[in-house]
Amino acid sequence: MDFRLTKEEALFQKMCREFALNEVEPIAAEIDEQERYPEETVQKLMKYGLMGIQFPKEVGGSGGNYVCYSIAIEEISRVCGTTGAIISAHGTLGAWPIYAFGTPEQKEKWLRPLIEPKEGAKVGAFGLTEPNAGTDSAAQQTIAEKQEDGSYILNGTKVFITGGGRADTYVVFAMTDKAKGNKGISAFIVDKDDPGFSIGKIEHKMGIRGSQTAELIFEDVHLPADRLLGKENGGFKIAMMTLDGGRIGIASQALGIAQGALDKAIQYMKERVQFGKTLDKFQGLQWMVADMYTQIDAARLLVRRAAFNHDVGLPFTKEAAMAKLYASEVAMDVTTKCVQIYGGYGYIREYPMERMMRDAKITEIYEGTSQVQRMVIAGQVLR
Amino acid sequence: MKAIVCVKQVPDTSGKVAVNPDGTLNRASMETITNPDDLNAVEAALKLKDETGCKVVVITMGPPPAEGMLRELLARGADEAVLVSAREFGGSDTFATSQILAAAVKKVGLEDDDIVFCGRQAIDGDTAQVGSQIAEKLGVPQISYAADIKKEGNTVTVKRMLEDGYMTIQAKTPCLLTCIKELNAPRYMSLSGIMDCYAKPVAVYDYNTLKDDPLIDPTTIGLKGSPTNIFKSFTPPQKGKGKMLEGADKATCETLAAELLKKHII
Amino acid sequence: MAEFNNTNLADFSGVWVFWEQRQGKLQPTVLELMSEGRKLADDMGVELCGLLLGKDVDGMAKELGAYGADKVYIADSPLLETYTTDAYAKVICDTVMEKKPEIMLIAATNIGRDLGPRCAARLHTGLTAACTHLDVDVEKYAAFLKEASTLPEAQIDALDRSDRNLKMTRPAFGGHLMATIICPRFRPQMATVRPGVLKKSEYDEAKANAVVVEKLSISLSEADIETKVLEVVKEAKELVDLTGAEVVVSVGRGISKDVETGIKLAEELASEFGGVVGGSRAAIDSGWLTADHQVGQTGKTVHPKLYIALGISGAIQHKAGMQDSECIIAVNKADGAPIFDVADYGICGDLFKVVPMMIDAIKAAKAAK
Repeated sequence: MDFRLTKEEALFQKMCREFALNEVEPIAAEIDEQERYPEETVQKLMKYGLMGIQFPKEVGGSGGNYVCYSIAIEEISRVCGTTGAIISAHGTLGAWPIYAFGTPEQKEKWLRPLIEPKEGAKVGAFGLTEPNAGTDSAAQQTIAEKQEDGSYILNGTKVFITGGGRADTYVVFAMTDKAKGNKGISAFIVDKDDPGFSIGKIEHKMGIRGSQTAELIFEDVHLPADRLLGKENGGFKIAMMTLDGGRIGIASQALGIAQGALDKAIQYMKERVQFGKTLDKFQGLQWMVADMYTQIDAARLLVRRAAFNHDVGLPFTKEAAMAKLYASEVAMDVTTKCVQIYGGYGYIREYPMERMMRDAKITEIYEGTSQVQRMVIAGQVLR
Repeated sequence: MKAIVCVKQVPDTSGKVAVNPDGTLNRASMETITNPDDLNAVEAALKLKDETGCKVVVITMGPPPAEGMLRELLARGADEAVLVSAREFGGSDTFATSQILAAAVKKVGLEDDDIVFCGRQAIDGDTAQVGSQIAEKLGVPQISYAADIKKEGNTVTVKRMLEDGYMTIQAKTPCLLTCIKELNAPRYMSLSGIMDCYAKPVAVYDYNTLKDDPLIDPTTIGLKGSPTNIFKSFTPPQKGKGKMLEGADKATCETLAAELLKKHII
Repeated sequence: MAEFNNTNLADFSGVWVFWEQRQGKLQPTVLELMSEGRKLADDMGVELCGLLLGKDVDGMAKELGAYGADKVYIADSPLLETYTTDAYAKVICDTVMEKKPEIMLIAATNIGRDLGPRCAARLHTGLTAACTHLDVDVEKYAAFLKEASTLPEAQIDALDRSDRNLKMTRPAFGGHLMATIICPRFRPQMATVRPGVLKKSEYDEAKANAVVVEKLSISLSEADIETKVLEVVKEAKELVDLTGAEVVVSVGRGISKDVETGIKLAEELASEFGGVVGGSRAAIDSGWLTADHQVGQTGKTVHPKLYIALGISGAIQHKAGMQDSECIIAVNKADGAPIFDVADYGICGDLFKVVPMMIDAIKAAKAAK
């Protein structure tokens, strides 16, 4: 039993912290305000291998693990929830399914460009959710019709796709056999330049406003047979396994947002004077800090354990769901309390607290709502 | 061809600084960082490596925990590191430090097309002396305050900053350059660099490793070999708190203007 | 070189100031060394000598005298026209070894800080960097400590009054600590002196003709110079003269909301006093102002008559560069900002609202005067 990071992980944490403070924090408020995708930051993330952390060097990645991946998202989300979301969606949703289910040829052609540590690398995204198929993914209405030559024609619409419009490579789910429900879903690799593929509405969101959330529209998109990812009708399993891993990313993002909010609140409490003393001298607030610190640390243990299980090959479905459920609720609770500590200043845009509170909310919703996490956990516990 | 970089681990004076009751610095309570200018020196060396494939060797003198800093520099892309550490070296002033570091550079091997890089100055002492003094001990030309560096063959062309402009200076290798913030933006460690850095070599040079060098002599190193000594160290008194003016409105500003008038500042 | 310094310390005499010139123009900060050198020479009862290197610089000798030198050593050579480390270090070291000064002061300019360490290393002596206070006389040093340190009086009174070492005081660790350095076993005692801290000596025409000039015969050839200066460029951009300004208005992180307006307000306010605009490290690091505007430990030390800090929290590094200003006004939103601890007048408020009112009030006060 050892709760410590390895020396490499600790060094990586330090690197991510420096990167976050120097490169990410200075523009966090601006990209939120402008709803701007932070392309310059993404290029730097690519350069330093932070868009391919958890993938082995043999396939083009940086050779890290899920603990490192989790650390990176936590550290970056401490200062900017948007940027944390970008790393998470790209890594676990866009790239991972190709890594886990792709053929060697698919990995070389589609995965390597996504995760190589260099500027100008590609960005990946994941298309599962539809207007009428959110939590109920079996209600997919996007259809991939198989042709005589083995290729597919894709038709349908996806919504709320993180990175949509910016991403170069999409993993898209569609019905290949409607009669079979979940067992009739397949996964495909779609290139942004595929004829018939277009980007619809870009959403205006409450939080993570720089992450670009878009609608994907497929109109008779012709996909050669080698775009099928995994087995035909095997897509549901790919989606569920992908989301399991994705939850580690979102849990880390939630953890980072909570920690970042508390960091700032503590700093503020030491500076802000009311009734002749700084806020940190008030016991009512001290107890809030103690509770928040404890919650965050408990969340961190859950997140790290899920990442650890993933790294060593232990089951992690339940662990990742528990980590996401708890960390996201902690993030919401902590950021709400931190806004309270800031008082009026917490409610105005000049200070980062209201942004962090808005960013926190999405972690309870995307990649499975808190209710879905409970379903997953209960399903695992009661099976 | 090598780029040899001399670096120092320093207390982070930008954060909280703790002073002991006797007026000395409570180093134990402070975070340590790689001296900022030295990171520009490391970056200059790594850029040279990017261009030419040369080897980058980082050298520091300090206590054993300074190895942590060296690993970070290896994770940024340096190839080898040297930790110069011995009780005999303790208490060295800039003169004695330059004796030891010059001996260490010689031990690493200073070849015809090598460049030694230093940061302009360290934030703990702010002396900006050790670089020039190492150059003197090595008998190589120095160019300080480098804001741009180009190397072609054995010729180095440097933009050397002055307060009111700059000089463009050429020197032949081997030579020593001291680097300033304007020179470049230091890269971060990379994840793959971090994964590799614990496998890279860190040599420890102690007194015995260097003692045969003529620069290393009890009269030229350590506390006893240092020409300068600290006579007194003290903390400056805090200036008494002034007056907080009431409010922040027109009347406040008028009060202020009246005070300035009274003091003949207006 | 060590042999040179094994000789009797008593053989060394005189206070020397390196008279830094660039393209035949004196670096004004040298005048600060002249006044300090004069004090030291008088306390020790020795000569104050100027050391002048360059090409066709004879004409500057009288100027040296007018600023207090008893004697001027001139090394004149085409090879000394433009500063190179090699040529200057060789001539200075050769001359020092021959003439044996007891104290050698160099301005801590970019050139001085390049030259000083090279010379000290070659001469095998100590060099104290960027000093802010110098004393030989122990009474004067004790008086300085009583003023500028928190040392107990008993400790100061216990100082050995017969001590004749040069006591070189300088800030360290970002100004958190001051250290007085001595170089008891080697000569000359060398110091570079931080520009802008010490008082300038006054020009005294009467002394100009009294100065003794000695032309040095030097041995210097092109082969001694390993670096080649291809060009010397005076930067076209106007550098602000923070150290010489009587009024400095500095901006910090507090202007981040609207940098352009923040700087404009600072400029307007400064122009009311004929002052200049400076900035904290945050303002420089964020690229709002160029590095020559920086006040603080890593920037310039200023002690103007009036220093106005706008939106500067007052990190200790910043305070180190401005807290000796005669009058300090601080405007900051945070009432607990440390800048208020050193301010003579503090206003807790939004600088974007306060400064325009301040400008109006100052205009009105001027008009009513």
